[in-house]
Amino acid sequence: MTINILRSETIPLRTDEDVVRARRIVRDWTISMKFSLVDQTKLVTAVSELARNTVDHGGGGSALLEMLDDTIRRGIRLTFEDQGPGIPDIVLAMTDGYSSRGSLGLGLGGTKRLVNEFNLFSEPGKGTRVTIARWK
Amino acid sequence: MDKIPIIKMGDFLLVSIQVDMHDRLAMALQDDLTIRVAKERSKGVLIDISSLDVVDSFIGRMLDNIAAMTRALGTETVVVGMQPAVAITIVELGLSLENIYTALNVDKGMALLEARMQASVDANDD
Repeated sequence: MTINILRSETIPLRTDEDVVRARRIVRDWTISMKFSLVDQTKLVTAVSELARNTVDHGGGGSALLEMLDDTIRRGIRLTFEDQGPGIPDIVLAMTDGYSSRGSLGLGLGGTKRLVNEFNLFSEPGKGTRVTIARWK
Repeated sequence: MDKIPIIKMGDFLLVSIQVDMHDRLAMALQDDLTIRVAKERSKGVLIDISSLDVVDSFIGRMLDNIAAMTRALGTETVVVGMQPAVAITIVELGLSLENIYTALNVDKGMALLEARMQASVDANDD
């Protein structure tokens, strides 16, 4: 199946304020695509978690935001990328209750439940890339 | 806006979060509220989050911390007005707000605080 990218935007993620901005931009996209309020909230919350990880753990990076159309439905895909220290143990990092920084530790496992697609690629010393998608 | 206003009303402190908070602003609110509770000898804290359309793990932890910190000072915190979509999302995210009392709206939250205050007065009378 072909997936067409209708629109894309790159959001820099360096500061706390950038996380807020990412939330706002994704909210606007979900509204324009007529996502339900619950789906909007789930995606924006997932974006908030991942954007914060990029800023706090990854030392900053960016999010690529894409509007997708697979001819049957539309969706939003986000790719968060940083050149930070990477995640040494991905299985552990995905476990509910695990946190490397003493936070609540539900960033990744919890975030995965809020979206339809979740892919994590990380190489220690090189960085982390997380791709999520939510379809309407 | 770099501070969330805290309003004193009788024995209570009221906070209405009207902006999308960045993390530093959330941390500042946590500290400010705890300090104000001690300074004003408040009997309860009410936080209205009806304008918040996202509660992620950071903001959730901040709310839970406020409740735990004020409880350590002998004061209860009630969070009111959570949007249904936010409630659905935080449960799916796995966020457990263990220290927080919640109520549907400000009226019910005030009633809950007053009942808690009365209960603690009764307990001290014994």
